[in-house]
Amino acid sequence: MLKIDNLTAEVGGTQILDGLSLEVPAGEVHAIMGPNGAGKSTLSYVLGGRPGYEVTGGSVTFRGQDLLDMEPHERAAAGLFLGFQYPVEIPGVSNVQFLREALNSQLKSRGEEPLTGGEFLKLAKEKAALLKLDMDMLKRHVNVGFSGGEKKRAEMVQMGILDPAFAVLDETDSGLDIDALRVVGEGINAIMRNPAKGVLLITHYQRLLEVVKPDRVSILSKGRIVRTGGPELAQQLESEGYDAVMEAA
Amino acid sequence: MSGTLDLPTRKDEAWRYAAVEKLRADDLGKWRQLDVAAGESVRELVVISDEDSGETELVQLRVNLGENARCEIFGVIASGEYARVEVEATLGKGAHFEMGGITVGGRDTVREFVTHVIHAEPDGTSNQTVRSVHWGKGTGNFLGSIDVVRNAQKTDAAQDFKGLLLEKGASVNAVPQLEIFADDVKCAHGATVGQLDESARFYMAARGLSPDLSRRLLVQAFIGDALVGLDDEKTQERLMQIALDKLDKHL
Repeated sequence: MLKIDNLTAEVGGTQILDGLSLEVPAGEVHAIMGPNGAGKSTLSYVLGGRPGYEVTGGSVTFRGQDLLDMEPHERAAAGLFLGFQYPVEIPGVSNVQFLREALNSQLKSRGEEPLTGGEFLKLAKEKAALLKLDMDMLKRHVNVGFSGGEKKRAEMVQMGILDPAFAVLDETDSGLDIDALRVVGEGINAIMRNPAKGVLLITHYQRLLEVVKPDRVSILSKGRIVRTGGPELAQQLESEGYDAVMEAA
Repeated sequence: MSGTLDLPTRKDEAWRYAAVEKLRADDLGKWRQLDVAAGESVRELVVISDEDSGETELVQLRVNLGENARCEIFGVIASGEYARVEVEATLGKGAHFEMGGITVGGRDTVREFVTHVIHAEPDGTSNQTVRSVHWGKGTGNFLGSIDVVRNAQKTDAAQDFKGLLLEKGASVNAVPQLEIFADDVKCAHGATVGQLDESARFYMAARGLSPDLSRRLLVQAFIGDALVGLDDEKTQERLMQIALDKLDKHL
């Protein structure tokens, strides 16, 4: 579903990704773990197409298409969702307006019928309830005045509404308390655990992986994947630390 | 009176950023007087849009507010090579003057609000919010002067300007001018200039919004500030639409 081959990328002239290769088939949740500065966020931004993140080599194929050849909004329409580590505040634009425009843009570009206001609100209510987010929050401006945890839950509500084929979730667990972590994790399972979907779950901690059980775990270090294994690899990292596990690799 | 007025030059403070070369003598001297009697409320809409505008558009309005009177002026300047809305408001005791203004434009157009608010009696309040969005070599200006006379105690006056430049080459100018002769007053003014928030644009793109659509939403949010004081949703939408239509033509 997502195939990254020998990807190199730089930010501001500094090489961050250094020959990263990774494949995530449909039906798989693949966790990426790695120390600070390994390139985890850069990987997610490169996949999303953020300006300033320059790909210098390699390829990314998404559902058979050249992902790197698409504009960011085209990647979203093709079914890619990028969950932000730091969701952006947009004063003056309500969540409802933003998400309805976003969903209808995606539907239109796929040749599907846009949702009416009523249909959209029904869908939004359902997904907000799934993430235990008060519907009133969705009437407020995008992420403005939201706490860290509310922002992350709102991200998952967005994901539920947009219903992507593939999600790249960049430290969705950071800033969450234990209860919120469970709600968000179960939300990810409900929305993305599907034989036709895939997830790249970027995280620092084992805790989220106890709720969203990954099929595969990879360690990212210095811009490349240094080791891939099953869920036990995450447990090993938690008990032994990155240095010890990477030395063994 | 000789019947002809001297054309202003850019040396005149109130015409500093004006496209004075576009003025003709008969554009000037058309001040309209608006008297708002004690306790009365008046709302004026000033729209300069493509349907009804010539090359040079000047709207000059002189408002007199009686005791506890209220005057609201909401304006959109979206057309004219040079367009200027000039308002002089004199406030009686306890009167309120509210103004929301929007300028939008590209090419080498110049569009401006020029206000002179005179707090002539105590307890008056005034609030002015102007938002300017420009591209190409377009220019938006807000020249706002506030006078508080010696006995106008407890005056509360506010003025807020923000400019948004969509392209290199566009410009905005803000000239706040406060003359305060009373000692127990509040006068606030602020002016900022910026560009579209690129991190917001990427965030919106990552959710599937095209660059044009995200720009439109962000501009809408930006200029919406100028219409917050307008307590009539239909009119709010109409004024917003006039401004956004101009932006759409550019996209």
